[in-house]
Amino acid sequence: MAYRWKNDLRERDVTPEPVWLDRRAVIAGAAGLGLLGAGGAARAETLEPNDWEDITSYNNYYEFGTDKGDPARHAHRLTIEPWNVRIDGLVDRPGDYAFEDIMAKMTVEERLYRFRCVEAWSMVVPWNGFELADLLAMAGVQSGAKYVAFETVLREDEMPGVAYPVLDWPYVEGLRLDEAMHPLTIMATGIYGRDIPKQNGAPLRLVVPWKYGFKSIKSVVRITLIDSEPPTSWNKANPREYGFYSNVNPEVDHPRWSQATERRIGGGLFSSRIPTPMFNGYGDEVASLYKGMDLKKQF
Amino acid sequence: MWADRINGPARRVPIWALWVIGPAPAIWFFYLGLTGGLGAEPIKALERELGLVALQLLVATLTITPLRRHLGINLMRFRRALGLLAFAYVSLHLAVWLLLDIQDAARIWADIVKRPFVTVGFTAFLLMIPLALTSNDLSLRRLGPRWRRLHRLTYAVVILGAVHFIWLSKGFQFEPLIYLGAILGLLALRLRRSRGSQRV
Repeated sequence: MAYRWKNDLRERDVTPEPVWLDRRAVIAGAAGLGLLGAGGAARAETLEPNDWEDITSYNNYYEFGTDKGDPARHAHRLTIEPWNVRIDGLVDRPGDYAFEDIMAKMTVEERLYRFRCVEAWSMVVPWNGFELADLLAMAGVQSGAKYVAFETVLREDEMPGVAYPVLDWPYVEGLRLDEAMHPLTIMATGIYGRDIPKQNGAPLRLVVPWKYGFKSIKSVVRITLIDSEPPTSWNKANPREYGFYSNVNPEVDHPRWSQATERRIGGGLFSSRIPTPMFNGYGDEVASLYKGMDLKKQF
Repeated sequence: MWADRINGPARRVPIWALWVIGPAPAIWFFYLGLTGGLGAEPIKALERELGLVALQLLVATLTITPLRRHLGINLMRFRRALGLLAFAYVSLHLAVWLLLDIQDAARIWADIVKRPFVTVGFTAFLLMIPLALTSNDLSLRRLGPRWRRLHRLTYAVVILGAVHFIWLSKGFQFEPLIYLGAILGLLALRLRRSRGSQRV
């Protein structure tokens, strides 16, 4: 089921290297010829990936500390070999799957995604990963399954942040099954073609690009198929501020700040805010999942 | 007495030294922000650092009286400068938030009205304005005993500052609670005293 989704515009597609500086002109030309939709040009403009340094130095991974620099400082202590992912619950083939065995069966592709944090900052990340749907198919999803629950590794001796009750450890997240099976939903194992760094959730993490970043749980050790909505860490910590769905939505503010705009990381001290698109710009792909739902209530 | 070993040299430190040292952190953080030293997102980092220095300066102003009363260390002559520097840092913190972070007049007002942690912080700033305006010898003479009463607003300002810090933190975090604890402790030292005498 791999390759079910293609970036509409990739950096290298729009940008033959010799005309790097003419990128905007190329896009403008394409837009002029009607090759791009109204939003297309704007999307192409912003789909320039953040550099490696930004992506790997500015992280939220509270198991290593609450400062943005803590994960990069402390995550080296995490042992990721060997690594097993327990897949259980309503599946035909439950068990502990070794990371290598998973990788041997999965098709890893590049996915250049916008990444929007609930804290109103964003990046563009060139992930490498495989579709979660493929992993779930490997375990065989049973017909009664309606939700997928995820759990992050918890190691007191390797994760200095878990000494503090910032959240109820281990970190847990969840998706509705149709969200989990969506072609945009991936398990990322790399960035820029390299192994994913530990501060970014090595050796494998979820990436759900139309939801706030905290839904994209890191360093996954357990995936459970269940029939009811699983508890999720930030929702448990503060249900008024963090809903189960947590779809990127510029119209539903976080109680403590507006979600209408975001700051793209990498612009320095004088960077301006940019508007946040509904579903982080993936509305064409995912809006149908939420048809009939009041997204102001089920935020 | 060992307190004199501090009091002696402290007396020889000119007040203007504070005005030279005081702005240094702000200049340093701004320089770091411009040169990449504050990480990938320097705006929030600068905002946070300035706010933290402001809170630390406010806590410092609260320590002056207990230090003198309980330990005999007299740093009273630095208190005004510390208070005014705290006001300057709160103003810079606010300016970074307005101009670099939010950047939108309508949204700034919406945040102040709608978001309690912003309301609390902004209230603290407003309460500091009369304090800063009356931090001079002339006002001290003119207001007489009313000056002391007016400047008890400092207690409200510091508590609001700590609440602002707790409220803006995600999840359960210790650092802001430590500040609130220290502040309440410093205020409690005054309460005990005020039962025995009229002076606070």
